[in-house]
Amino acid sequence: MGGHEYDRPFLYFERAGNIMAEQGKNLYAIECKKITKTFGQVVANDEIDLNVRYGEILALLGENGSGKTTLMNMLSGIYHPDSGQIFIGGKEVKINSPVDAMNLGIGMIHQHFKLVEAFPAMDNIILGTQGKKEKNKVTSEKIKAISQTYGLEIEPEKYVCEMSVSEKQTVEILKVLYKGAEILILDEPTAVLTPQETERLFQILRKMKEKGCAIIIITHKLQEVLAISDRVTILRKGKSIDTVETSSCDAQKLTELMVGRPVSLEIERPIMENRETILKVVDLTVNKSDGSKAIDDISFDIRKGEILGVAGVAGSGQKELCEAIAGLLPASKGAVLFNKENLLGKTPSEIIEKGVSMSFVPEDRLGMGLVASMGMTDNMLLKSYQKGKGPFISRKPARELADSLIKKLGIVTPGTETPVRLLSGGNVQKVLLGREIESSPSVLITAYPVRGLDINSSYTVYDLLNEQKKKNVAVMYIGEDLDVLLELSDRIMVLCHGKITGIVDAAKTTKEEIGMMMTGENRSEDKEKEAQA
Amino acid sequence: MEILIKFLVAAVGAGTPLLFGTVGEILTEKTGHLNLGVEGMMSIGACVGFMVGYYTDNFALAILASAAAGAFSALIYAVLTVTFMANQNVTGLTLTIFGIGFANFIGIFILNKTPEGTLKLPENITAAMRGISISGLSELPVVGELLFSYSPFVYIGIIIACISAWYLNHTKAGLNLKAVGENPGAADAAGIKVTSVKYRNIILGGAICGIGGVYCSMIINGGVWISNNVGGLGWIAVALVIFANWQPAYAILGSFVFGALRVLKYYIPQSVLPFPIAFYDMLPFLITALVLVISSMRKSGRINLPAALGLNYFREER
Repeated sequence: MGGHEYDRPFLYFERAGNIMAEQGKNLYAIECKKITKTFGQVVANDEIDLNVRYGEILALLGENGSGKTTLMNMLSGIYHPDSGQIFIGGKEVKINSPVDAMNLGIGMIHQHFKLVEAFPAMDNIILGTQGKKEKNKVTSEKIKAISQTYGLEIEPEKYVCEMSVSEKQTVEILKVLYKGAEILILDEPTAVLTPQETERLFQILRKMKEKGCAIIIITHKLQEVLAISDRVTILRKGKSIDTVETSSCDAQKLTELMVGRPVSLEIERPIMENRETILKVVDLTVNKSDGSKAIDDISFDIRKGEILGVAGVAGSGQKELCEAIAGLLPASKGAVLFNKENLLGKTPSEIIEKGVSMSFVPEDRLGMGLVASMGMTDNMLLKSYQKGKGPFISRKPARELADSLIKKLGIVTPGTETPVRLLSGGNVQKVLLGREIESSPSVLITAYPVRGLDINSSYTVYDLLNEQKKKNVAVMYIGEDLDVLLELSDRIMVLCHGKITGIVDAAKTTKEEIGMMMTGENRSEDKEKEAQA
Repeated sequence: MEILIKFLVAAVGAGTPLLFGTVGEILTEKTGHLNLGVEGMMSIGACVGFMVGYYTDNFALAILASAAAGAFSALIYAVLTVTFMANQNVTGLTLTIFGIGFANFIGIFILNKTPEGTLKLPENITAAMRGISISGLSELPVVGELLFSYSPFVYIGIIIACISAWYLNHTKAGLNLKAVGENPGAADAAGIKVTSVKYRNIILGGAICGIGGVYCSMIINGGVWISNNVGGLGWIAVALVIFANWQPAYAILGSFVFGALRVLKYYIPQSVLPFPIAFYDMLPFLITALVLVISSMRKSGRINLPAALGLNYFREER
């Protein structure tokens, strides 16, 4: 790193080590004492205690709304705590802005990347640094030097809008390292990565740990907590419940601490008899608006009473596939046969009438399917009002449907007329999925239904899907979490750049194999077969 | 040939207020704030600058006053949209209505106090505004007239546009500004003081618009005050920002092209093209509409539209 580190305002490991030797092992990189933060009536953080040492990885675990992100936003200067103390390297500090946090050596990598898409990586990395603008070459050299130290790979001149998710994350990490951060906070960094990319990220984090950085990682995924962290702090409903050594824990115990009661982590996979093909996709090709192929000549089928899992890195064509089947996007080639009848060319409402239902949960969760500012009743009406006769709308059946969904799925809402945007993410997703299921479809396409949901809500969704499967509905489940895909699906189809790289039996495959296929390698067995043929 | 040179010179003169308005609005829009009050800021600058010139007979003071007035009116906009997060479109439109009304009101108020019944700038200041003459250069054939014969305003405008281009593309402050307009959340997380960047550049943009305004009141009508002297130029400037693809350097070209359109009617004899005068008056607005249509259809190439344009930023939004 050259002379770069001397510019840094804060301790490096060597220095930290010296102080540690003097003061014993009591020196924490960050120590929070009784942090409280309220938003209006809601107490997001209630007297939270948390600490991390230099050269340690702490995992922060908690359900949705347990206050993890709020707490981290206070450490990075975005929110201000109402009360409580924060110590950095043993000294009490007030973090009033992101600049303060940066000067204290705290770098946060947000769940939603904070990058300027229209800038190259380099400009994003130097953004906010003080002093005169250096020649691009000098900056580029510095960036390369840092990336070598930590084993990162980057092209400084590449525009962010042309980057993959994993590359963007690398830029985020470099951004904080360039500014001299030695306390890193990562908010759900693996949510958008493939298993291979996740492993690479973990290697980078371990290297940082070796170099003396203090790292806090927020994640929902228990396997990852167990794989990477030294200690785990568990939050529940805004309170810090416990901090435990990772080595003394397993997934079951962590879940119990997080949820507050024993929860079964098994996902059942009922096996249905006589699975006949109901939807057959043949040689489907869908173009993007810029002319490139989003879906490239794919063929597969979905059978009654099975869940077909779809794996793939975000943006591999999942969205376009859903939209093409639902009739929202025109296909340039191929056919979608539903009971031997081609659906292509039919309008979305005709397709819905046939019994093909789609629920797509986009990144912002509300974007497709629900109208955020309308209540549950009106959102139920969206799908049924055309069936009514005459110019007037009968709201009563829709209200009854909404009421029954609230009871059945345990949706937490003040009432059926409350705008859905005011509900928490999990409840919004239940509303969407519930409505789709209520139309008793014969094919249910659902994309990312558990996106951003905590364990409890996720399991409710899995149960809902299994229930549909038992009713002989064909379910296509597009998901992110491979562990879940493996347990829930009957077969898994892997997409990569709009092509199918393999369709495998979920009971017989492994996570690694799926991960390989997600990055474009065809299934090894297929190759063997080809070799034999 | 001679008439062509005269036409080009007139085009540059007519394009100059547009240049100020466009560059000012580019800086404003790069913060992510769409200020539709350009017409209003120019009107306020026109009025205050003219009156200061009228009473002090000092050219430099008049320009400074117009810039200060433009900056102040932009400050009103900034307080409302940045701090109080008011709707940017409504605020901008209101500023336009207020600015025109303010300028006309003050104009008539002072006009009524003069014994002659007209407001005419004193001799000293009109002399300062006239075309420059550099011995040895201004006498050159063609080049002299095309390059070295304009009012100081023209050169000030081009210099401001060039400095703005350099500021946006080659300085850290410019990088910070662009980041704020593209993704204020990212800029904030990177430690850039988003509010301060927005205020500074919106006010700077307003000041530049104000100078454009004083050109309208002092030069276009030969130093005589008339009401509504900005006359819609502010609106053309807003459209020119898109035409210039948010780049001050292109703004120079764009404003002179539109200046040419505005003076076209004086240089095409009725015998050649028998269009009514009203057609030429309409032409810049027609082309503006066409530019907007074409630029929204254009897909290829890097469009510099700031991604967060029109969106107010609130850090703690959940």
